[in-house]
Amino acid sequence: MNLTLKVWRQKNNKTKGSFETYQVRDISSEMSFLEMIDVLNESLVMDEKTPIAFDHDCREGICGSCAMYINGKPHGPWKGTTVCQLHMRAFKNGDTIVVEPWRANAFPVIKDLIVDRSAFDRIIQAGGYISVNTGNAVDGNAIAIDKYNADTSFAAAACIGCGACVAACKNSSAMLFVAAKVSHLALLPQGGPEKKTRSLNMITQMDREGFGACTNTGACEAACPKEISLTNIARLNLEYIGAGLTVDAG
Amino acid sequence: MLDAKIPAGDLNSKWTSYKDHCKLVNPANKRKMEVIVIGTGLAGASAAAALGEMGYKVKAFCFQDSPRRAHSIAAQGGINAAKNYQNDGDSVFRLFYDTIKGGDYRSREANVHRLAEVSGNIIDQCVAQGVPFAREYGGLLSNRSFGGTQVQRTFYAAGQTGQQLLIGAYQALERQVALGNVKMYNRHEMLDVVIIDGKARGIIARNLVNGELERHAGHAVLLCSGGYGNVFYLSTNAMGSNVTAAWKAHKKGAYFSNPCFTQIHPTCIPVSGDHQSKLTLMSESLRNDGRIWVPTKQNDTRKASEIPEEERDYYLERRYPAFGNLVPRDVASRAAKERCDAGHGVGTSRQAVYLDYAAAIERYGNIEAGKKDMHNVDPAAIVSMGREVVKEKYGNLFDMYEKITGENPYELPMRIFPAVHYTMGGLWVDYELQTSITGLYSLGEANFSDHGANRLGASALMQGLADGYFVIPYTIGNYLADEIRNPTPSTDDAAFVQAEKEVADRINTLKNINGTQTVESFHKRLGKIMWDKCGMARNAEGLTKAIEQIRQLKEEFWRDVKIPGDINEMNWELDKANRVADFIELGELMCMDALDRKESCGGHFREEYQTEEGEALRDDADYMYVASWEYKGNHNWDLHKEPLEYEVVKPTQRSYK
Repeated sequence: MNLTLKVWRQKNNKTKGSFETYQVRDISSEMSFLEMIDVLNESLVMDEKTPIAFDHDCREGICGSCAMYINGKPHGPWKGTTVCQLHMRAFKNGDTIVVEPWRANAFPVIKDLIVDRSAFDRIIQAGGYISVNTGNAVDGNAIAIDKYNADTSFAAAACIGCGACVAACKNSSAMLFVAAKVSHLALLPQGGPEKKTRSLNMITQMDREGFGACTNTGACEAACPKEISLTNIARLNLEYIGAGLTVDAG
Repeated sequence: MLDAKIPAGDLNSKWTSYKDHCKLVNPANKRKMEVIVIGTGLAGASAAAALGEMGYKVKAFCFQDSPRRAHSIAAQGGINAAKNYQNDGDSVFRLFYDTIKGGDYRSREANVHRLAEVSGNIIDQCVAQGVPFAREYGGLLSNRSFGGTQVQRTFYAAGQTGQQLLIGAYQALERQVALGNVKMYNRHEMLDVVIIDGKARGIIARNLVNGELERHAGHAVLLCSGGYGNVFYLSTNAMGSNVTAAWKAHKKGAYFSNPCFTQIHPTCIPVSGDHQSKLTLMSESLRNDGRIWVPTKQNDTRKASEIPEEERDYYLERRYPAFGNLVPRDVASRAAKERCDAGHGVGTSRQAVYLDYAAAIERYGNIEAGKKDMHNVDPAAIVSMGREVVKEKYGNLFDMYEKITGENPYELPMRIFPAVHYTMGGLWVDYELQTSITGLYSLGEANFSDHGANRLGASALMQGLADGYFVIPYTIGNYLADEIRNPTPSTDDAAFVQAEKEVADRINTLKNINGTQTVESFHKRLGKIMWDKCGMARNAEGLTKAIEQIRQLKEEFWRDVKIPGDINEMNWELDKANRVADFIELGELMCMDALDRKESCGGHFREEYQTEEGEALRDDADYMYVASWEYKGNHNWDLHKEPLEYEVVKPTQRSYK
């Protein structure tokens, strides 16, 4: 198939960006979306032009590197799919496709479609862990964990940190990301001792990074390639309010 | 002469004895010691976290935008541990024995035994960190089977075990960043190791955002940079996975061992066309329940559903009744190739075999019906209940297959074919994980040590975390204890200046070639040479030819590669050119190693050396050694042999029949 692409090009974080239009020809429906960009990039290199910069690595939908809006939707038209898993079967001959980087103040553009998501790492640093040094663990079966809680915890822990939730949110809120981590750890007995400070500190860091507040529209859940449930945000709110009411002020 | 520094004593007591006698660094001195860690996969992240927890000052580097993205994240099936939770006779010895046998008797007994000894600690540590492993209704940990074993010792988190383990290590790492013990350098790539007075004292790294070269000094350098499967262009590795850090160390004097030992994984989604940028694995765990078959008739073009049961050849079950579909990866891959070469392949390319879930769906459906005390159930209802069970076990893998191929694997058998997955070879290390350069260590897939000529499934995660959490924290102290009087060297030292200049010169040279062919086109050509002549089957004629072709390719690359953009900016084509240049050199060494090893073992199958039944034919008398290559200049290596001595296990011909 032949397609028209409108792609956001921006040299670096100091210059202004703009859309460039490209024509791509003879694209097979078997290709992944990123392979289609590979084809375009090869032709740009041959034409003495700069290829489009975009984050990508595993191309199996698990590393969370790839991140772009396709026709305004984070990760494109397929539900529960990262852009690297999106295949060209989703498009038809003659389509025009608009490709942009995540738009959020907390994710500044580095180049073209690449943004800086280090804010997510700093939110994890604020408390997204269990403080257990290596070598201190008891036997793995010493703590029996309710299967339902273990499974729910796992479903939250499946977050890949791609930032689609932020990109989908009109407030650029990172609540689904924070909620997934808080839920993952709060649902396990091992996460219990730090659960109050964890939710308070992670939310504080989220605010400090410039992410917006949550107004429960649920766009994050709809865009999440791992289909992380909005219920996690309810759980985060419960944890956060409970912690705020009971934690020692000191 | 290579000295692996294996501790004396009987196999069971070596590691304990080592830990009892190795040197220690007191807490006040640990604070003064700086350790550089390259790579943040399971080995790197766990090492950086563990060393930070102990009080060392750590600098960790990854080329991705976050340490959480390292390719360990993509590991699917599970992690082995000798817990014997299933009461099926598992033990440290059995895990050790299975791993030695699975590696076709080309790994070190002492290293592998240590790996088996600490395997249980890994599970405990991960559970404590909050890794949500699969559990039974009673709340205890669940296990499943993997290839090459007859017990259930694999712990898992659906088909995302690597992700969950890496997130655990990443969180431990970020906790140390928050505490100020680890400084993290994202989007940085190591481009050289700096050696002062014969010891690794730092690195030159390129900041991939602005292109600047940086000097970082430390008391020791840990290379946890993963494997080199991307030398084949198409592999299950991530796009950015590369050999550069290890290769730079190799060119500075670190020996590279068994480079030809590469693992071709039997169950991957087949190539669909020339545009293909990578291959996707379908977890080995699928072989727990799936049955692999091809049509009995040659060149059978009927759909799978039209081929009756009696015209299907379940060739693994036929050839290997004891292990069936769960034979080790090298055996399963070769068997698939053999069937396809004999004209029984399926799909449009005829380079695929079926992995069929119909029988498993029916079996699980009947079990569900039994649980619900249902009788005379409609077959459609059985299938529906069976699909639900399969979905819970393997849902994410089935979804992935459907997204890539557009076919529904609950209805049609999956088409699979072997693909490059893992590299057993790597930097030579001794028992302490130290390379042949003092102060330079290598952990995880980047080293050669534990998997011999073939790695068993669910063992890579185990090794990465064993090295990082439980081995290096002891062995590095044994070295650093003697370094406490030496301050961190100045980055103005002549060795840093010289190393940075060499890196800058190479980048300038590459950029100024201004040729006519893209980096990608060279990488593809290299991959084709490697897959055709140094892939699943190798022979002397092909390898000799491959060496010649790779040498020509190298010359052409350095004369005609085309790299757009500038040096002092984010430039992925330049980064890739640097990596492909190293892959080309590595490819040559892999072929030399494969040519030199005139036997078949594990993943290294030389067509000249096979049994009458087509199985690998080892030559223990002449090749029971680790082939370690020392770089001596362009196209020139010296071979050093480290003999492998089996004191406990008696090597035999591997049989899974």
